[in-house]
Amino acid sequence: MALPNKPKGEINAVVNPEIVEHDVDVLIVGGGMAACGCAFEIKKWAGDDLKITLVDKASMERSGAVAQGLSAINTYIGENPIENYVKMVRNDLMGVVREDLIYDCGRHVDESVKLFEEWGLPIWKKDADGETLDGAKPAPTLREGGTPVRTGKWQIMINGESYKCIVAEPAKAALGEENCLERIFIVKMLLDKNKANQIAGAVGFSTRENKVHVFRCKTALVACGGAVNIFRPRSTGEGKGRAWYPVWNAGSTYTMCAQVGATLTMMENRFTPARFKDGYGPVGAWFLLFKAKVQNGLGEFYANSDAVKEELEKFMPYGASAVTPTCLRNHLMLNELKAGRGPIYMATDVALNKFLEDRRAAGMDEKSVKKFWKHLESEAWEDFLDMSVGQAGLWAGANIEPEKVGSEIMPTEPYMLGSHSGCCGIWTSGPEESWVPDVANESRAHKYKWGYNRMTTVDGLFTAGDGVGASGHKFSSGAHAEGRIVAKQMVKFCRDNASFKPELKQSSQELADEIYAPVRLYHEHVGASTAADVNPNYCKPAGIMMRLMKATDEYGGGVATYYMTSGKLLGICLDLLRMLREDAAKMAAGDLHELLRAWENYHRIWCVETHIRHIEFRQESRYPGFYYRSDFPKVDDENWKCFVNSTFNPETQDWLCEKVECINIVETDPWL
Amino acid sequence: MPSYVDPSKCDGCKGGDKTACMYICPNDLMVLNKEEMKAYNQEPDACWECYSCVKICPQGAIFVRGYDDFVPMGGQVHPMRSADSIMWTVKFRNGNMKRFKFPVRTTAEGAANAYKGQKGASLDDECLLLEGALPTPK
Repeated sequence: MALPNKPKGEINAVVNPEIVEHDVDVLIVGGGMAACGCAFEIKKWAGDDLKITLVDKASMERSGAVAQGLSAINTYIGENPIENYVKMVRNDLMGVVREDLIYDCGRHVDESVKLFEEWGLPIWKKDADGETLDGAKPAPTLREGGTPVRTGKWQIMINGESYKCIVAEPAKAALGEENCLERIFIVKMLLDKNKANQIAGAVGFSTRENKVHVFRCKTALVACGGAVNIFRPRSTGEGKGRAWYPVWNAGSTYTMCAQVGATLTMMENRFTPARFKDGYGPVGAWFLLFKAKVQNGLGEFYANSDAVKEELEKFMPYGASAVTPTCLRNHLMLNELKAGRGPIYMATDVALNKFLEDRRAAGMDEKSVKKFWKHLESEAWEDFLDMSVGQAGLWAGANIEPEKVGSEIMPTEPYMLGSHSGCCGIWTSGPEESWVPDVANESRAHKYKWGYNRMTTVDGLFTAGDGVGASGHKFSSGAHAEGRIVAKQMVKFCRDNASFKPELKQSSQELADEIYAPVRLYHEHVGASTAADVNPNYCKPAGIMMRLMKATDEYGGGVATYYMTSGKLLGICLDLLRMLREDAAKMAAGDLHELLRAWENYHRIWCVETHIRHIEFRQESRYPGFYYRSDFPKVDDENWKCFVNSTFNPETQDWLCEKVECINIVETDPWL
Repeated sequence: MPSYVDPSKCDGCKGGDKTACMYICPNDLMVLNKEEMKAYNQEPDACWECYSCVKICPQGAIFVRGYDDFVPMGGQVHPMRSADSIMWTVKFRNGNMKRFKFPVRTTAEGAANAYKGQKGASLDDECLLLEGALPTPK
C-alpha cells in the first residue's frame, strides 16, 4: 500500500501559487521556428521603447517541431517560379487553399534559408561534376549562387542535427536573453475588457516553480505548433511517445485562438503521413533522393499499375499530377491493405543496389564502388539520425540493413497541423496589397485581407507556422519566414494603436484560481482512496488523454476503422467529447508536470472537437486517404470546393460553421 | 524506456539549480531527485527519443533503450556531439556496429549574426530585413 498518497514527479504543486504580472507591448507565445523568426525580425522594426517578450513552454534551443533536427529543408523556391509553388500546394491539398498566403510565403522563404546557412547550418551542395558535397565542404553559399542538392523540386538536403540550435541562437540574441522566458506554459489568451474583439493579454504558469504569470499586451503572436496524441496512436505503450509529429504539440495554437473568437479554417483537414512503421522515420529522402518504390505484400510495385491510374482518374484534376497528392497516395496504399495485399514495403534494397549497379555498368571499378557505397550508406542513415533517431534504433534492434531488406511503411494515426502536408488552422488576413482579393462582406471570416498580414479575425492576435490555415507546405523554413512577416505587422499594429491601454476582464487572482483548479481538486480529494490515480472525485490527465484518443479513433475516423467515419459516428463522437470536456474540469494534478499535462489535454479536447465539427459540416470526402465519410464518399467539387470556416463566440458560447468562397489567384488553366 | 540515466555516471549536475537534461528536454520529462542527486525520465511513454538530453549531458550519463512495445532488445544508438560535428555509433542486436560522422555547424557557437541594431526602411510595405522589391503573382 502506498499510503499516504503522494504527488508524482519532483516539483509538488501548491494550492496558492505566487502571481507575477507583466506589462508588455508585444507578446510572442511559442519558441519554435515561427516564434524564432519573429524574435529575430521584430527589433529591426521596433523602437527601443517597445517592450517585447517571448514565452516558451520549453527551451528555445530544442523546442518545437525541429527540436531533434531535420535532414532536409522542404521549402526553398530557388530557381522556380513562385506561381508553380502555389500550384503544387494547391494540388496537393485538393484545391482548397489560400493562394495569397502561399504566394506570400513563397516570396519570403528563401531569405530565411539563406540566413540559416549564414548562421551555420550546413547545406549540401553539388560540385562542378554534379557530385554531392556535405554542408561542411567548401562551396559557394546559396547567397553566392551555390547549387543546393535538390531531391524534389522544392526540397534541399542539409546536415540538420543542430538546425534548431542554430536558428534559436540569433533569435535570442536579437530579442535579448532577458526577454525570453522559458518553461512557462501559456494556456489562455485574454480579451480586452473595454474594446470588443481585441486581444489584451495571456495567462500561463511556470513548470519549474509555483508561479502563475499574467501578461497584458497590445498584440500577440500565438505559434505553438499543431496537435499530436489526439487520435489513438498505433503504438499505445511506451511507443506512444514516438509520434510522427512532436509529441509535445497539444493543439494549443488552435484552441487558445478559437476560445477568444478567432475564426478557424479547414479544421476538417488532417495529416495522416505514411511513414516507416512504428519508428515513423522519414520517407521523403527514400522516395526522392534514393528513388525507392513501394511494393505490396505480393511483391508488386503497384503505384504504376493500370488499376491505380484508373483510380486516380476519379479525382481529377488532382489525380493527374505527376506528383500524386499526399492523401491520394495514402488512398492507394489503403486500397492495397484493405484488399489484403499488405504489408506495404519500401524497397530500400532494390533502390540502393540499383545505384551500385548503375555505377558498375558505367565502368566504375569495385574499389570505387565500395567507396561510393560507404557514402551512400552514410547518407541513408543520416536521414534518420538527423531527425528520427528512434527509427535508426528500431533498425538496429531488428537487425535491419536497408541494402539487404526492405522496410514496412504504414499510414500513421491522424495529426492536425498547418505547415506540413496539411492545412488546418486559423483564418488570417493576407498582405494589404492590390493582388489579394477584396471580398465585399461585413465579416472577416469571408474576407482575404483586413489590414495586417497574418492577423486573425481578432484585433491584435496574430499566428504563424502551424497556426495559419489553408496554406500548407511551409515546413520549417516557411514557418520561420511567416514569423518574420508577423514581426513587422505587430510593430505596425502597435504604432497604429499607440493609445490603446490593455485591460483584462478578470482579476489576476481569478485567473490564477482557474489555472490552478486541478491542483486544488487534487489536494481536496487525494485522501478519498488508497491509490492516488483512482478516485471518485477526480480524474487524472493520463486517463483523460486515453479516453479522448479512444473516442476519436473509434468514431472520428482513426486507424481502428481505416479512417472511415460517417454523420452518425461523428454525432456519437461529439456527444462523447462534450462529456469529456465537462469531465476535464475534474482533472487533478499533484505536481507541476501533471498540471502541464492537464492543460495540454484541455487544448487537445477543444482542438479535436473543432476537427470533428468541421468533418461533420463538410458533406463530402475532400481528402481520401486522410479520412472518408461513408455517407458522402466522393470529392464533390461542385458543392464543396470552398473553405469551411468556424467561429466560436466567447460571449454566447455558440459555434458558427459556414462555407467561404475559395478564390484562385494563380492561373487554373493549365492547372499544374 | 526511451531515455534512461546511468546512476554511476550522473552527478545531478553537481546540485545546480537545474540539470542540463532538465534544461533541454522539450517535453519536461527529465527531473532531478535531490535526495539521490540523480536525474531520471519521469514519463517514458511521452519520450520522443529526440536525444536532446543524451546530446547535452556533460557526463555522458544518458542513453536510450528502444520502446519496449516494438523494438527488439540489444540494439543501441548513441551520439557524441561536439561544436561542429556529431559521431553516431549504431550497435545492432546481432552485435554488428556501424559508425557515422556528420557535420552539425559551420560557424562557432555564438557567432550567428543577429543583425543587431540594423533597421528596416518602411513599416508600410511588406519588405522584410535584407529584402529588395517583392514580386507579385503573374
